[in-house]
Amino acid sequence: MVENGIGASVRRKEDKRFLIGKGNYTDDINVAAQTHAYFVRSPHAHATINSIDTGEAMASTGVVAVLTGDDLAADGIGPLICGVTVTSDDGEPHRAPAHPALAQGKVNYVGDHVAIVIAETLAQARDAAEKVDIDYGVLPAVTDTGSAADEGQQQIHEVAPNNMCFNWPFGEKDAVEAAFASAHKISTLDLVNNRMVTNPMEPRAALGEYNEGTEEITLHLTTQNPHVHRLVLSAFNNLAPEHKLRVVGPDVGGGFGAKIFVYAEELVVGWACRKVKRPVKWTSDRTEAFLSDAHGRDHVATAEMAMDENGKFLAMRVMTQANLGAYLSTFATMVPSYLYAFLLAGQYTTPLIYSEVKAVFTNTAPVDACRGAGRPEATYLVERLVDVAAADMGLDPAEIRRRNFIPVDAFPYQTPVVQCYDSGDYEAALDKAMAMADYDSFSARADEARTRGKRRGIGLSSYVEACGIAPSAAVGQLGAGVGLWESAQVRFNPTGNVQVFTGAHSHGQGHETTFAQLVTEQLGVPFENIEVIHGDTAKTQFGMGTYGSRSLAVGGVAIAKACEKLIAKGKKIAAHALEAAEGDIEFADGNFSVAGTDKAMNIAEVAFTAYVPHSYPEGLEPGFDENAFFDPLNFSFPAGTHICEVEVDPETGVVEIVKYTAVDDFGKLVNPMIVEGQVHGGIVHGVGQALLEGCRYDSEGQLITASYMDYAMPRADNVPSFDVDYAPTNPPHNPLGVKGCGEAGAIGAPPAVINAISNALGIKHIDMPATPENVWRAAQTAALG
Amino acid sequence: MYEFSYHKSASVDGAVEAMNKAEDGKFVAGGQTMLPTMKHRLAAPSDIIDLGGIAELVGITVEGDSINIGAMTTHAAVAASGDVQTMIPMLAKLAGNIGDPAVRNRGTIGGSIANNDPAADYPAAVLALGATVKTNKREIAGDDFFTGMFETALADDELITSVSFPKPTAAAYMKFENPASRYAIVGVCVAKTDDGIRVAVTGATPCVHRGKQLEEALKGEFSSAACVGVDVPEDQMNADIHASAEYRAHLVKVMTKRAVDACT
Repeated sequence: MVENGIGASVRRKEDKRFLIGKGNYTDDINVAAQTHAYFVRSPHAHATINSIDTGEAMASTGVVAVLTGDDLAADGIGPLICGVTVTSDDGEPHRAPAHPALAQGKVNYVGDHVAIVIAETLAQARDAAEKVDIDYGVLPAVTDTGSAADEGQQQIHEVAPNNMCFNWPFGEKDAVEAAFASAHKISTLDLVNNRMVTNPMEPRAALGEYNEGTEEITLHLTTQNPHVHRLVLSAFNNLAPEHKLRVVGPDVGGGFGAKIFVYAEELVVGWACRKVKRPVKWTSDRTEAFLSDAHGRDHVATAEMAMDENGKFLAMRVMTQANLGAYLSTFATMVPSYLYAFLLAGQYTTPLIYSEVKAVFTNTAPVDACRGAGRPEATYLVERLVDVAAADMGLDPAEIRRRNFIPVDAFPYQTPVVQCYDSGDYEAALDKAMAMADYDSFSARADEARTRGKRRGIGLSSYVEACGIAPSAAVGQLGAGVGLWESAQVRFNPTGNVQVFTGAHSHGQGHETTFAQLVTEQLGVPFENIEVIHGDTAKTQFGMGTYGSRSLAVGGVAIAKACEKLIAKGKKIAAHALEAAEGDIEFADGNFSVAGTDKAMNIAEVAFTAYVPHSYPEGLEPGFDENAFFDPLNFSFPAGTHICEVEVDPETGVVEIVKYTAVDDFGKLVNPMIVEGQVHGGIVHGVGQALLEGCRYDSEGQLITASYMDYAMPRADNVPSFDVDYAPTNPPHNPLGVKGCGEAGAIGAPPAVINAISNALGIKHIDMPATPENVWRAAQTAALG
Repeated sequence: MYEFSYHKSASVDGAVEAMNKAEDGKFVAGGQTMLPTMKHRLAAPSDIIDLGGIAELVGITVEGDSINIGAMTTHAAVAASGDVQTMIPMLAKLAGNIGDPAVRNRGTIGGSIANNDPAADYPAAVLALGATVKTNKREIAGDDFFTGMFETALADDELITSVSFPKPTAAAYMKFENPASRYAIVGVCVAKTDDGIRVAVTGATPCVHRGKQLEEALKGEFSSAACVGVDVPEDQMNADIHASAEYRAHLVKVMTKRAVDACT
């Protein structure tokens, strides 16, 4: 193995600057003549705006400008867009209400943007914001997902009758009905997938600078995808032409999906800095983050499974109502449709699946991708339903899974819901996880717990996800407005060190380390001589960014392809220098050598020769710098089994996770330490959803979980030390053999936790978050308390 | 945060004088409630009188069978005090579980009980241990100090100087934490004192209170079983998204039982 190459748990390069306080986040950046922005937001969930008087605010100390939706419209800026089309059952595209970046005549959720106040200091901007006089005509609010489309509900958008965005049926309805009609047993489950606030540690921020000389806008943003931001802001929001707009996502403190999207504040800050001809800075406070970051999940669903007498799944039917919030965020429509329904086969051979997704508008913050995005919702539903089916059939949850797993020799496996899984060994992961979790002796532990008045439960979750997000042709067919490949440039400097430019973006993932490992492995350049550069449209080539566990599986391969091009070119240069035929040149461990001789040349010397081509192959371009793009042939399909063991105190309803086992198939691991960190973080995210996190609006549309006083984030003492291992298989279409690991824990964990609690209490179901009071009530009902 | 005038005095008298001159002044001890409230623009005092410079308000002293804790002593200092750990271990443990390390290193006992948050921990200890609150004007019995939600017996220009806790025979505090804020959804402090068995309940109702019926039951027999039949009325309980009144009433009993078990 190459030192610090693939498979080495190299410590993260980026951590030094973070640990010594030298990170460079958007809010750390201050520029000369900078002004500060504060947004005036709607205090009402649903209201008309009868008038806005900015006079007193404009006259307030230190104020530079107060701008409203009228100013934005006059300049032709916006509206915000949703980039994925879903065709509704009437054959029409999904209903897309106008999404102005500053409200024009109406507000649709608490936190909706009404005006921007720009002042010399933030305190002055906030003071003046209180003086913007807005006359609202308050309307009734719609906040409940399940009833949003009911007859007689308050209408939110004229273009969306019954508050429906789309009704998207998918699958062979008649065949599924026929299978249900002749089934031995049908298991049914109603469930809620609770709404989450994504909560990256660093709040969103934007700093806009306009250069009157070059007519260029530079926007520093908290973004997971600077080029996507630039593209959307240019091509759709009319902010500035792409070549006159630079988007920089410097150090970004977590994203989890919430920083993919193009937000109102970002567009408005970019526009305002040109308007006032001063740099404009905005940093979200935590309350604003709760109110206006895109939220996640929020489904209400009914799932049914038809089985034969052996518990073999014959057909599944799923009816889902998904809340998209007040407006469509950038990728909102894709999440409860393609990213959800196409995962409903799970790890199973269920031959027939029918799904209907009704997506609704409500007077709540927009809902979009949050770690896993659609796949946690699908997995939770499937894995809970499978447990209910096991109980109905009198089978052990492990046994019913085994009976229905896609067998290892059936790959590639075409599911009835579009996805063709390329590789996997589900039974191997289950076996390993059960052994690690000591599944077979669980009943002894449960008996012991009873002597202490506790109830133990064990829960399985055998998940599969589709990530990499993914082949451009596939997402294009589905209605995505962009391609989804990734780019890389690997540049040698004349002195032999290497700069790697990636279109992916790191906001905590450790790309600066992992990608350097790829290059050191492939090119033999010492790890410390490799710098990974990302996050600045002025530095990196166009690229799609980081989400959907795609950076390594797609972006990593692009880097590998660029390295291959360098090796190919290096062979020509070395052949010339070593006076050998190109076909005789071999490359290994950073050296080009003539086969069968001791004549060799290090890649650093080759790079120098390429920049100082005094003696050089005829016709060959100088320079040692290659670009590559990679568009995979398929999604990648990480999978695995998680096993959660809980102890419930029936007297208080407190759930303690006493043991958690995860066996995942991520293909090859580049940096096992980083992967394990991703697994840990993902599990904690999933445990948070299962036990703690529940975003709630009241009936008037006020967000009642708008701070950490009321919105419970998971903390270290909410989880045990995890037992993590792997059961890898090789994805044949991925040249690096990697699958992606960033979302797996958040996908696998929620059903494992809820299955364990249901098992502990001997109940069919409990909705997330399984708060102490809800668990206590369930225990009362089950007569355990 | 709105604009305000800032004062820092080195003496209790100086602080009170500044308060008397202020239009709408507020004393700030550790600032762990006051400052976030001001940052959220939910409070706009004209003047802030910082008590952080008054040395005489800081410190822990043993006075016979009591421990006297200066009002500006931090939670972290109480938690780490050998004297407190020896004489009233429950109190050290309670202090060591308030908020997080940042809160414990800034927040003070005087600030906590003067604020009288319905879900704060210290008020339960003051009531259950029968502590005496000493001010620049007088001594107030713990039983008379907490008068309502965020309300106390303190006058506007009255400052807590210290709190004196008599050593109990046995005491335990059981806190059922709000999973988000980690404040008490219900906290029950049970103490065997020279004054008999005292039970104080925080978090459950708008103001910390004595659980008189629980005390009665425990006087007969100091055991968790004695609590089982006690009626904890739901209609006086707080209710919010984290816990209904019914659940809180249930938890009052459960936490009392567990505190009793921890005492015995």
